[in-house]
Amino acid sequence: MSTSPEAAVRPLPGDLAMWFFILAELAVFGLLILAFAVTRLLHPALFAEGQAALDGSTGLALTLSLLTGGWLAALAVQRVRDDRPRRAAVLLLAALASAVVYVVLKLGEYAHLTRLGLDIEHDTFFTLYWILTGFHFLHVLLGMAILAFLALRCGQRAYGPGRCSGLESGVLYWHMVDLVWVLLFPLVYVLR
Amino acid sequence: MSLTNPHLKFASQAVAKPYFVFALMLFVGQILFGLIMGLQYVVGDFLFPLIPFNVARMVHTNLLIVWLLFGFMGAAYYLIPEEADRELHSPKLALLLFWVFAIAGVLTILGYLLVPYAGLARLTGNELLPTMGREFLEQPTITKAGIVVVALGFLYNIGMTLLKGRKTAISMVMMTGLIGLAVFFLFSFYNPENLARDKYYWWWVVHLWVEGVWELIMGSMLAFVLIKITGVDREVIEKWLYVIIAMALITGIIGTGHHFFWIGAPGVWLWLGSIFSAMEPLPFFAMVLFAFNMVNRRRREHPNRAAALWAIGTTVTAFLGAGVWGFLHTLAPVNYYTHGSQITAAHGHLAFYGAYAMIVMTMISYAMPRLRGIGEAPDARAQTVEVWGFWLMTLSMVAITLFLTAAGVVQVWLQRLPEDGAAMSFMNTMDQLAVFFWLRLVAGVLFFIGLGCYLFSFRQRGRLPVAAAVTA
Repeated sequence: MSTSPEAAVRPLPGDLAMWFFILAELAVFGLLILAFAVTRLLHPALFAEGQAALDGSTGLALTLSLLTGGWLAALAVQRVRDDRPRRAAVLLLAALASAVVYVVLKLGEYAHLTRLGLDIEHDTFFTLYWILTGFHFLHVLLGMAILAFLALRCGQRAYGPGRCSGLESGVLYWHMVDLVWVLLFPLVYVLR
Repeated sequence: MSLTNPHLKFASQAVAKPYFVFALMLFVGQILFGLIMGLQYVVGDFLFPLIPFNVARMVHTNLLIVWLLFGFMGAAYYLIPEEADRELHSPKLALLLFWVFAIAGVLTILGYLLVPYAGLARLTGNELLPTMGREFLEQPTITKAGIVVVALGFLYNIGMTLLKGRKTAISMVMMTGLIGLAVFFLFSFYNPENLARDKYYWWWVVHLWVEGVWELIMGSMLAFVLIKITGVDREVIEKWLYVIIAMALITGIIGTGHHFFWIGAPGVWLWLGSIFSAMEPLPFFAMVLFAFNMVNRRRREHPNRAAALWAIGTTVTAFLGAGVWGFLHTLAPVNYYTHGSQITAAHGHLAFYGAYAMIVMTMISYAMPRLRGIGEAPDARAQTVEVWGFWLMTLSMVAITLFLTAAGVVQVWLQRLPEDGAAMSFMNTMDQLAVFFWLRLVAGVLFFIGLGCYLFSFRQRGRLPVAAAVTA
């Protein structure tokens, strides 16, 4: 443990506990993705057929909406470090709005698949599709609640330069949510 | 509570003592019936028809659950006033509920032993609201109702204490766990005709207790004892506690699916159960890191070495028993062969002992010297006897686990892996496993001796009051 100033180790943003939590979450998603990849290897034809039923452009729109949200949230952290928490609150609300776009599109896709009878019990591809994206969807909802809370706290000027660990932790969680989707999108929608 | 005890922060914490004492009495009973059954595994007609195997098993498992509940309640009565920084709302209610629960518990066990089970069902009016006859939930409906009444009074008592006092992370996590325990027990009253649905909701009690809300109770008890014996900052300990309970709930709740593989539930549970329960060792591993970290960063040398050993020991043994031995057979393709074999029994023994029996003994080891007015710690000789008890019990339980695992592997080999026609029958397989069951019985006797050491250490206490002499 070096504490000398010249070591200049940049401290980990956010709370260490949040990093542990994110590692645990990534481990669960890692296992899910591994299960998907291995099953695909075993049943290539089934997976190709399932993938053909999905709309790639919807997947792209979902990806863009989450990436936009991540970018806006990162900007919000920068604003707080510059001691402009009110601007940060606006940016976080914009990130929230972009997440709403994701939720609406995703629910539309779920409704469409359900109408086609491609539900969780349809075949192995769709079982894994619903588990993977459904579990991720729940994380998006939790992330949105966190974003709303952070926007509220920024509006109350609760964060500022040097005292934004809580904000960083919350935004870290949101980045984890879009990181996972960035892996899911090519895996589930694109890779043939 | 006529005498004031200088070693208690609040006089009302004393109500924990009868709960702890009675818990240990039931623990002795549990082990005795375990030994009887261990012998019945190899000498089939031992004590027949006085105590048939199914009755001994029912008593063994029910005593386990009830003594752990007494332990949790005692722990809550000790811990909640100290965390809330005020006296317990009503010590009288706590003592009254102690007697209600103790008498109801003893009557139920006597009912199991003295009346044929079907007769007990008739006697207690089971046909009015049939809830009996299901593994672990064999209690007559009237006993179940009694448990609900006791739990409500208990939650009211500690809830009022908490509402009026300081709210800490530890007490809030404990309270959440205890409320969850009471809520999920309500599913024991739901007894659908359809066998698949019956099993489905039965797990909501059994699994969501031991792999859900009980982990919250364990985490908060561990955090409480670690704060006391290491003197590490509360903020640090609480942060760990939050991470541990978050992981426990994420993995444990959906992990229920590993019980839904073969009971007629939808196939999606094969995936959900396998993947989420594969992560269930994580919170237990975090508890190991937590305990060792806090002890390494300790800011004082607590005179109660035995309690510190229990605290570290419970995390390691829980990780092995619940984490590793659980993972061993939790993936659906593996469980297809191992389901309900001796491997399950191995896991059950080390998990229950490591996680829940040991956390209750950690709490008792820490709190008992104070409750008995001896001081922070018992004298050195008593602690030595207690440490002997710790190692004898823990190593014997590890041995039991290894013998049962070996038996399980052979069982799967003979009875499960071969094609239908070639597989050995259940009873013939059991005959092949006799040597493992004899070894298990020997380990069980050693466990009982270890428990004897643990109990004997209480008698030794207080010869030399060490009090706060060691704290410099």
